[in-house]
Amino acid sequence: MLTPPQVVENYFLESRHMLLEIAAAFDRYDAAVARAANGNAQATENEKNSGAKKLAVMRKALEIVAQSHPARERTLALLELFATV
Amino acid sequence: MQIIQPHYHAIARTAQDYERMAMSGVVAVAEPAFWAGFDRLYPETFIDYFRQISEFEPTRAAQYGIRHFCWVAVNPKEAEDSILTREVLAQMPEFFAKPTVLGVGETGLHKSTRNECEALEAHVDLAMKHGQLVLIHTPHLADKAHGTQRVLEVLAGMNVDRERIWIDHVEEQTIKPCLDAGYWVGMTLYPITKCSPKRAADMLEKYGTERILVNSSADWGPSDPFTLQECILEYRRRGHSLQEAVEVFHNNPCRFLGQNPKFDILPISIETLIDQRANA
Repeated sequence: MLTPPQVVENYFLESRHMLLEIAAAFDRYDAAVARAANGNAQATENEKNSGAKKLAVMRKALEIVAQSHPARERTLALLELFATV
Repeated sequence: MQIIQPHYHAIARTAQDYERMAMSGVVAVAEPAFWAGFDRLYPETFIDYFRQISEFEPTRAAQYGIRHFCWVAVNPKEAEDSILTREVLAQMPEFFAKPTVLGVGETGLHKSTRNECEALEAHVDLAMKHGQLVLIHTPHLADKAHGTQRVLEVLAGMNVDRERIWIDHVEEQTIKPCLDAGYWVGMTLYPITKCSPKRAADMLEKYGTERILVNSSADWGPSDPFTLQECILEYRRRGHSLQEAVEVFHNNPCRFLGQNPKFDILPISIETLIDQRANA
């Protein structure tokens, strides 16, 4: 079994990579919003509603991930959260 | 689609890479000189290495219909040894005459020490005196921003042709200053430690496609040459046309590398053929 510092060390680069991918996805969304505001690539109302709900879930998921002392495992909380969309 | 892999460390890979790359449309690779995973002690070791990538490796690639080009340099990690670097630099010009050597690379910075900066300057100076292209490595991870800034500072103090210099491994925090200064930039795709295919596609959308190269490096560490094809797929899935993809992943390497006449692969244009039956 790994020690706490070993867990951080072993998974730091992989976690860094995944967090950067998540950050890039949010930036990608903002860029798309800016393009849409300029009249490019308009979405339907259904797409907008679905997208807004999923975006809110993703933001909530990040809050859960960032908790230092969660009441229960973050993975369980996220799986339940993602089941709502 | 025809693809050029502009930064690829073939000697660290098996022939299976060549076979699969050929099947996926790769028509040419360019191999910069790099770190072997340990610090070499003798200049002669570098010379044999340069012979390997300039004489032998093209024959291995040719078995799969892939053109192989290369670059010569003392990589930034080993450039900390100033005496070794000077001795290798003295012998590099003889390789500039080889038919597949495109220039000096990858030089650059690793920890941005004084010795590394002096070696970078010496490499660029040698390249400019001999009319060679330059490929510059920038540090990874924590030292990325600082090291890239140091590269720009070193180059700013020199008389260089900026269109003949490619600054590699740029990411979101370093691409703009390099482009703004007039250099070519490269985005290097790795599974974990560098840029990702999706983030590269983001940067192509944000900064356009002019003076931007995409490569997957692929060396002896955790790496995958097909991250390049992943990026092409991501770019196309976002709605960019085949010609737009060709411009980035084939024609831009032709434009930069083609500044050396040894690289004779020309940009291509996708044509839509007229259906003769429609006119019958």
